Amino acid sequence: MSIIDLKGLLVPLGALKQIAKEPHTIKYPDQTKEISERYRGFHYNDLDLCIGCGNCSTICMNEAIDMVEVEDIEGKPGDSGLRPRIDYGRCCYCALCVDVCPSGSLSMTADFIKVSEDAFDFLMIPGKDNPGGKDKITFDASTDTSLNLFERVPMRELPPEERVQSFAEVFLGYTEEEARIEASRCITCGLCTENCPVHMHIPEYINAISRGDDEEAIRIIYDNNDLPEMCGKVCTRRCEDVCALQVRGEAVAIRWLKRYATERAENADMIRRIVNPEIREPNGIKVGIIGAGPAGLTAGYYLALKGYDITIYEAKSEPGGMIMYGIPKYRLPYDSIQKQVDYMKSIGVKIHFNTKVGKDISFDEIYNKHDAVFMGVGLQKGYTLGIEGEDAEGVWAAVDFLGLVNEGKRPDMGKRVVVVGGGDVSMDSSRVSRRLGAEVVQLYRRRIVDMPADDEEIEGALEEGVQIIEKAIPTRVIKDEKGRVKGMEYVRAELVPPEGGGRPRPVPIKGSETVIECDSIIAAIGQKADFGLLPEKVQNSLTFERGKIKVDDERRTGYPKLWAGGDAVKYGRVDAISAIADGFYAAESIDAYFMQVKA
Amino acid sequence: MIMKTTSERNKQTTLFIGPQHPGITGNMMVKLLVEGDTVVRAETHIGYLHRAFEKLIEQRNWLQSFTLLCRFCVPEPDPMELTYARAVEAIEGREVPPRAKYIRTIVAELARIQSFLLWYGGQAGSAGLYTLGQWTVGDRNYILDLFEDLTGARIYHMYIWPGGVRRDLPKGWADKTRRVLDYLEKRLDDYNRLLFDNAVFQKRAQGVGIIPKDKALEWGVTGPPLKGTGIGNDVRKDEPYCAYGELDFDIPVYEGGDVWARALVRRDEIKQSIRIIRQALDKMPGGSYYNRIPNPMKWRLPAGEAWVKTESVRGEIGFYVVSDGTEKPRRVHLRGAAYTHGISVLEKILPGQNIADVSFILNSLGACPPEMER
Repeated sequence: MSIIDLKGLLVPLGALKQIAKEPHTIKYPDQTKEISERYRGFHYNDLDLCIGCGNCSTICMNEAIDMVEVEDIEGKPGDSGLRPRIDYGRCCYCALCVDVCPSGSLSMTADFIKVSEDAFDFLMIPGKDNPGGKDKITFDASTDTSLNLFERVPMRELPPEERVQSFAEVFLGYTEEEARIEASRCITCGLCTENCPVHMHIPEYINAISRGDDEEAIRIIYDNNDLPEMCGKVCTRRCEDVCALQVRGEAVAIRWLKRYATERAENADMIRRIVNPEIREPNGIKVGIIGAGPAGLTAGYYLALKGYDITIYEAKSEPGGMIMYGIPKYRLPYDSIQKQVDYMKSIGVKIHFNTKVGKDISFDEIYNKHDAVFMGVGLQKGYTLGIEGEDAEGVWAAVDFLGLVNEGKRPDMGKRVVVVGGGDVSMDSSRVSRRLGAEVVQLYRRRIVDMPADDEEIEGALEEGVQIIEKAIPTRVIKDEKGRVKGMEYVRAELVPPEGGGRPRPVPIKGSETVIECDSIIAAIGQKADFGLLPEKVQNSLTFERGKIKVDDERRTGYPKLWAGGDAVKYGRVDAISAIADGFYAAESIDAYFMQVKA
Repeated sequence: MIMKTTSERNKQTTLFIGPQHPGITGNMMVKLLVEGDTVVRAETHIGYLHRAFEKLIEQRNWLQSFTLLCRFCVPEPDPMELTYARAVEAIEGREVPPRAKYIRTIVAELARIQSFLLWYGGQAGSAGLYTLGQWTVGDRNYILDLFEDLTGARIYHMYIWPGGVRRDLPKGWADKTRRVLDYLEKRLDDYNRLLFDNAVFQKRAQGVGIIPKDKALEWGVTGPPLKGTGIGNDVRKDEPYCAYGELDFDIPVYEGGDVWARALVRRDEIKQSIRIIRQALDKMPGGSYYNRIPNPMKWRLPAGEAWVKTESVRGEIGFYVVSDGTEKPRRVHLRGAAYTHGISVLEKILPGQNIADVSFILNSLGACPPEMER
């Protein structure tokens, strides 16, 4: 044996010195492992924060996550009411679910040991089955590491100083690239669809836009909305209120995406070519529609597609109702409405303009001429302020003022205008007055944050130089000797929470009377319907609630073969998309009615 | 064809090593025709572990596949993630921030060290030297601890993904890593005493399982087996990726082409990896660690294809990825070193070897069945 071999035999014996060394292993449970701060163990879900969007379940390729109902958790707008349940027989602890959680409720914990003989014990609802996990969160869903994109692609707009010079459209729309990026932020959870009055297929059309298939997006959009370009510009977008991304960031710009898609169809012919709807054979059933507003047009369009003979009676000379006469042109240009109505006409919807029901034609005549009638008359009359001096010259109802301006007239509002109110109509009145060259002071009885108007509108008004006085209640209109408006007196109010709870009520502060000099006053405190067109016997058989017609879920009134929708009915909120929903569901109901009659 | 006489046929026996055998490196089987103690012919049989990875990846979007990629091969999950991420980035033209490149380099080298520590166990174990494996696998835990701190998981990290890495370095991680490296560096001498100074290993490894130098490139040998034949090809040097171009390191090369040379290469590779990690920690740039990808559910890559290769632990691995412009890959193909080493090379060098050396040689080549059966 050579000397090298001897060394080779002896050296390994040096290992013996390791014999007293502490082992690497630990003795569980006497010793516990130190868990790192980022460990990916069992999940924890903050059940109150979770909105049940199901994005965790979507990304999981192991299909380890099911969305299930959980006791004591009810669905509500912006929350499906479902919560993730994880099958730890499938979970691979990759934590993709955590990184895609938009609300940040889902995280992973330092717990990783579970022993049970029952396989079902490994189906766990995080947060419910491991409430203690809250204190052991290790791998969390912070916004820095999230895979969600929380920032919206900003919309380009005209600078405020340029805006007040004309009625040019304020928002310029997304470019193709911007739209693709914005559309790609959507996580396709569908919480928005639930909150949309007409349940538009929002994730589907956004998917189409993100894929670059704008025409498919248009087809999907027209499936249940016949005025999408209008909605794309001025919708109250309740969908965005419940967007999963708005919990921790900015909602997907659903409205702007719809606008982008619908604007790809530049004229009625293009809409017709792209949508290429299936139009059923004429069935000979005649339906008369009163009012060419969003509700009436929608009912007419979807019934026409189903083969009905549609005639719309409109008092004014242009279609659109409030969207034509109520919404200023810098938000919704004339051509945009005209394009969509032209498309409907091409489907076979007939519209008689300048035909006021009750004056040019009686309700009974329409009722007798048609097999069914849908009524969408809207709210035509503005509420008055109910204060002294209101009869002065220069006091306007917002609805009249906006109607006049939208007809192309430019009334002289003088140097300074006082607008009263806090809704979208008041904002429109203020911003239109600015465009007519007046200085604008707006009075609202609560705070700006309490205003029901869209934040975007409030922001736009402030940018354009509208001065808003909060907590101010008008008390008197001051007239000059000719009976013209000279000024307005108002008192400051304080907000007092009512005893029974609820919204704080503004209570006038005595002695705080202030007078603003002004040349015009616009009252934008709401509108009411005028049902004078209805004969007494019809009125008697209808139920009214707070000045509006009561309808059932299918928008049927108490009078036979009479459906109603839009702002004049008591169903949902007062906005264009609700009117569209009324028209859409009334059309379905009317169709179902006649199908039954035939059968 | 030469007809064998009855007596010759009677002398030969067919033996199966695997799929259930302590000497096999995973779920594969080597069918041997032996005469006495000598291997006459060897055939590698796979098919015990087919999980259709490549097809499954085609069913997933560009991000979801990262939970699968690391499972190609247990001892080296990170090179797979890294290579696929680089392929996706190549198709999309996505930039990776410098900090992410450095972190990736560190992760790739830590993965190399931990994998070699596991190899120590296999190589020594197949020679009947069981102590070393217990030491190295124990020490490997320190690296797994580092991974746990960095990624949240010990084995399957799902940490390197397109655009960079998933999380930034945690506080104090660099110092902890340096301490682990210092410890490992000292331990290498202990390992030497048990393995390279050991007469048993010397006698078993030298002159066994020789890959001829003139055939190595022709056979497609890469990684430590290639460097053991005296050819110093290494993707990290030849086509530098991540931060390798900015770091100083050597490629260990040994002549001989036998198990011994391959073992020495691996031993020296650990030292080089330690060197690389230390430099990367020192030079770690600031800034972002992640060039954010779009919403993974709607992330569409432009149509195109990419072939990207990486020096993994066992040699060169490459991903061929084809995108047809949708949210999912059209085709994904993995070419791993194990495929060559475990099948064609093994079948060529086993004839003439002793039966007892089959496992020993197999371990020195680095054959990972899941990488052969994608």
